[in-house]
Amino acid sequence: MATLKVPVTPHDHAKGPANAPVTLLEYGDYECPYCGLAHPIVKLIQKHFGQRLRFVFRHFPLSQAHPNAESAAQTAEFAGANGKFWDMHDGLYDNQDRLGLPLYLALASLLGLSELELRDALINGTFAPKVRADFLSGVRSGVNGTPCFFINGARHDGTYAFEDLGAAIEQQLRAHVSI
Amino acid sequence: MAQLLTAGTAAPNFRLHVTPDQLLTLDDLRGKPVILALYPADWSPVCGDQVTLYNEILPEFRRYGAELLGLSVDGVWCHAAFARDRRLHFPLLSDFEPKGAVAKSYRAYREGEGVCERALFVLDQKGVIFWSYCSPIAVNPGADGILDALERMAKQGNAHGNAQSSSHAA
Repeated sequence: MATLKVPVTPHDHAKGPANAPVTLLEYGDYECPYCGLAHPIVKLIQKHFGQRLRFVFRHFPLSQAHPNAESAAQTAEFAGANGKFWDMHDGLYDNQDRLGLPLYLALASLLGLSELELRDALINGTFAPKVRADFLSGVRSGVNGTPCFFINGARHDGTYAFEDLGAAIEQQLRAHVSI
Repeated sequence: MAQLLTAGTAAPNFRLHVTPDQLLTLDDLRGKPVILALYPADWSPVCGDQVTLYNEILPEFRRYGAELLGLSVDGVWCHAAFARDRRLHFPLLSDFEPKGAVAKSYRAYREGEGVCERALFVLDQKGVIFWSYCSPIAVNPGADGILDALERMAKQGNAHGNAQSSSHAA
């Protein structure tokens, strides 16, 4: 069973209480159509479990297959450095079919971020090391495709359908209560 | 699941097509760690499948000086089209004629389906199997096992090198 080798730290992008009984972590790629399909399901999962769940997202861009995945991930990191990670994250997935600089700049402007600074950050690869670190942590943890989910540190080998993910999270919640 | 050749066994040599007009001999790679990734078929219908994933991780494998070889029973032209489509930067070997002969020599062939197992072998610089792993056919094994093996091998190599140099000093 593959397990998460790099624990969640304050450098990760997390939503939900740090002491939530269950942490759902996703390795995702903004250009991967399956990640795009999983995005609204993850939203439903977050809504369903509320404060009992913490959601963490790490980048796993398959850049050879998806030419825009890396720049999209760096754009999300730029927004994250300005406190808008999740807004950008949603914006990128909601507009997955038009990834590219014009979209990144439009989303930045919409979120009140500097388009000029974003452009510089992408040209200079300011956030490339962060994206690479996420990717490598995934590789060492046995990520075997995208999206790849870990529930309390164990790779979820089931599907990302609401029922499957939800049942796996429920199981962890029950284990937590019985301790 | 097949009982693969295990660690400590000399890796059977082979000579297979990597392109329609090029052959690759395993023994020519002596001196480097070799990752041999057997998989059932080209064109598996998921993104982030095994070869796509390994293609992304290639720079990490190369940090250990390792060569990655993919191997399936698909023909050379099929491999060529697949490699172009997925923008692969490592060779795919065609275990096509006699079909599956190399996979059989590694005990990683599925007779019923006529395809390779989803099997991984990491060979050391001397061509001896250092680590092998057979994954359930439908489960992409990821790359963590390969990287762990390369790391352990590098550490053992260093320890060995140090021991040798200290004995020289004495």
